[in-house]
Amino acid sequence: MVSNVADYKTDVHNDWCPGCGDFGIVSAIQMALAEMEIPRHKAALFSGVGCSGKTSHYLNVYGVHTLHGRVLPFAQGAKLANPEMTIVAVGGDGDGLGIGAGHFVAAGRRNVDMTYLIFNNGVYGLTKGQASPTLKLGLKTKSLPEPNVNQSVNPIALAIASGFTFVARGYAYDVRQLKDLIIAAVKHRGLSFLDVLQPCPTYNDINTRDWFSGMDNIDEITNKPRPRIYKLEDVGYDPVVHIDSPEEENEKLTQALIKSNEWDSKIPTGIFYKNDLSASYDERMSERIPNYLENPPAYQEISSGGRSITDISKMLDTLEV
Amino acid sequence: MSSIDLTWVIGGPQGGGVETAANIFAGACAGYGLKVFGKREYYSNIKGEHSYFGVRVSDKIIRSNVSGITMLVGFDAETIFRHAEEVFGDGAIVYESDLAAVKVDEVPTLDAQFKERLKKHLISKNKPLTIQGLLDESKERGITLYPVSFKEILANLSEETKNPKIRGMFRMQNVLAVSISVGLLGLPPETLLKSVGSIFSRKAEIAEMNKTAANYAYNFSTVKYSKFKYQLHPIPKEEHVMLAQGFQSTSLGKIACGCRFQSYYPITPASDESVFLESNEIFEVENNRPGSTLVVQTEDEISAIGMIIGAALTGTRSATSTSGPGFSLMAEALGWAGINEVPIVVTLYQRSGPSTGLPTRHGQDDLQFAIHAGHGDFPRIVYASGDTEEGFYDTAKCFNFADIYQIPVIHMMDKFIASTVSTVKRFDPTKITIERGKLLEKIEEPGYKRFVPSPDGISPRSRLGLENGIFWNTGDESDESGHISEDPENRIYKMDKRAHKLELALDKIPKEDQAINYGISDFCILSWGSTKGPILDAIEMLNAAGYKVGFIQIKMLHPFPTQYIQSLLSGVKKIIDIEANQSGQMGSLLNEYLDRKVDYYILKYTGRPMTCSELFDSIKKIIDNKAEKKQVLTYGV
Repeated sequence: MVSNVADYKTDVHNDWCPGCGDFGIVSAIQMALAEMEIPRHKAALFSGVGCSGKTSHYLNVYGVHTLHGRVLPFAQGAKLANPEMTIVAVGGDGDGLGIGAGHFVAAGRRNVDMTYLIFNNGVYGLTKGQASPTLKLGLKTKSLPEPNVNQSVNPIALAIASGFTFVARGYAYDVRQLKDLIIAAVKHRGLSFLDVLQPCPTYNDINTRDWFSGMDNIDEITNKPRPRIYKLEDVGYDPVVHIDSPEEENEKLTQALIKSNEWDSKIPTGIFYKNDLSASYDERMSERIPNYLENPPAYQEISSGGRSITDISKMLDTLEV
Repeated sequence: MSSIDLTWVIGGPQGGGVETAANIFAGACAGYGLKVFGKREYYSNIKGEHSYFGVRVSDKIIRSNVSGITMLVGFDAETIFRHAEEVFGDGAIVYESDLAAVKVDEVPTLDAQFKERLKKHLISKNKPLTIQGLLDESKERGITLYPVSFKEILANLSEETKNPKIRGMFRMQNVLAVSISVGLLGLPPETLLKSVGSIFSRKAEIAEMNKTAANYAYNFSTVKYSKFKYQLHPIPKEEHVMLAQGFQSTSLGKIACGCRFQSYYPITPASDESVFLESNEIFEVENNRPGSTLVVQTEDEISAIGMIIGAALTGTRSATSTSGPGFSLMAEALGWAGINEVPIVVTLYQRSGPSTGLPTRHGQDDLQFAIHAGHGDFPRIVYASGDTEEGFYDTAKCFNFADIYQIPVIHMMDKFIASTVSTVKRFDPTKITIERGKLLEKIEEPGYKRFVPSPDGISPRSRLGLENGIFWNTGDESDESGHISEDPENRIYKMDKRAHKLELALDKIPKEDQAINYGISDFCILSWGSTKGPILDAIEMLNAAGYKVGFIQIKMLHPFPTQYIQSLLSGVKKIIDIEANQSGQMGSLLNEYLDRKVDYYILKYTGRPMTCSELFDSIKKIIDNKAEKKQVLTYGV
């Protein structure tokens, strides 16, 4: 059965601002799920709070719109209890890198097999445009009373430092590339992170669609804009850790960190780092609990006719005097 | 044979093996059929601060500690300084003889306030400010002194066994001290040796060495000293008695009732439970594949509760275990579980707050917080266990409540229960039931909606992964499908639907699960949680002294069983509220819900659990009409 993109859409009215980058992201997720033919009931989209938080309502799969900053704990809990589910978590950059930054780091360490997308626009849109953790120092987007006084966090570098085993960046207006990146991320066994550049047409009047396209930077000879966005794959960049050795890993981590610092005139998209050799959480757990994947928490039988079928007699025996 | 009821206390620096010693002693006594009730007190510290373990031993059922010590054992000066005054006039002190000259000011871990009190006491008795001074004063009170040179015993033992290592094994002092005590108390050595063996069962060589030491010290004491005035003796042993710590009850309850996911962030005194679960993560399941509990240590308590909500959405019975500070962090997510009708269980091992408070001490400080935690109106059940045994069965009940009413349940436990070691009847898993309410296993037709109206207000619950069962959840108010809705009429429907669960719970949960009536009298105690043990023991003492007092233990604190409690109190003249907190938090509930007010309060908030002795005194005072409206208990160091 070939899945239809329309099957993954709900009829809930979408109230994002006209021109919002979020539309491209939700389309890319729907296209990716359809292309992978993931049955709707086997997928769950978890979201944080903010504009991006509403994403779960626009997808016709299990949708869990959680708390501000807490999407990763909710999503990990679901995946760990039912590893058969395909779990995609989404949230804004304030959600994931501000209030939720602790969870971001801890999730990287766990490497649970799921995908996390940050809709990265540099502002807190739903509360009227305050500076978010990815807004560059000194920028004054239109609703800020004063320029941003904080350094920005580098999401790609933070993900790499935290142990994410798949780190990539997409662009909300390149839906085809984003769809392919989402598919690669979902298929990756382990925690995959996608930093999605998502212009906020209402509050971020600096990092706009035109800015990313280089409309402010016209080539004098060709008279064409010089786009800031480029694809890592187009410059022969190889993100994959091929050999399970510290040297190989260091080399790949280092090149990814260097790439992650590119901004202003050249902004890379695509996969920065991919390590399939690091065990995912479920693999580590299976070493402790051999039948974890075959008999996970969600599918364990616990009762028969209202009676407990768990045998705790050995544990009780050790306590008997 | 005369009845047995004595309290043996061992103290020492934290990390020095006091707990091991106490467990050996408790095991030695319990092995001969005796009932034991032990509690551990310790500072928030890894090594060096004073910790002690008091074990009460009796031939009849005991549920609490008494004020006072029958036999004090100490191989450090602090133990003697701290506890000598608590020893009964006909009691005994077993101590390291080298310590006699130690001055009060030479013990850096004695806090200034305590030093001042102790010095004043010694000066008033005209004694030098040393261990010897305090021991002399004790002797004058009638106390028997047993000076022991542990160093010498180790040296002799080392020579006899031709094992030079033993000479320097000061950690073995604990085993020596227990063994000497058991000898002085006249109990045969067999269960002592068995207990030593089982405590060190993981290392055969260490076990053997300790058994040799135990045997040596036991014989040493019986030869060297005359028998102590109070003697223990074996009594007929009941079958299927366990020596269990409180935290083991909720852990075992969780395994038995099918909790398969637990996440937690380390916190005293709750994390022992999670560590136990992880240590026993794989278990047998009848006619089935081995089962397992997935235990996840999270980055904080926000993540801990977030994860269990995610896991609960898959239909897995899920729980977290925490203490006050951690529960504070969980408040927001608790509301999310409330608005989305997700069944989760939070096992709340209370300690003394506010803030970090007394982090390793007891308190029932979080009742009002558990009832009100989180913003906005949403229903939850707050259910409190009174002791270790209740902890096991109540855990299963809490999961049933969560599943049936699709509601967060906060299971109130506390540090007193968590660190109590006592003889309890073996838990019986056949006595627990597993009721999953309207959790769906299959949905045949499309068109499922998570929050459809139903006669009892509880909607059929799908789970992640179920075909035709797709639903949406959101922290926003939502419609029947779970999509965001700010419609005023929908808001009324959803708020009322959720609130109705409390009425339903009050209606459906059996009265005997809501509160336990131990008898009604003119004077009636109302209490909750771990005060149960000291209260029941105090009532026995009061009855023996010719006083009558009733007692109702309220287990379901929210929703509050107003009508039931009201009906029980119809003939009662005076209500006595007993709680381990400063403000009388349950008393506030009584004043709020009942058509009468609390007459007397007995409160304790030193961080130390109540003893039956101090409750006996304070309740007696009330009945004798000699009590103030509020009495504050203070016993314990």
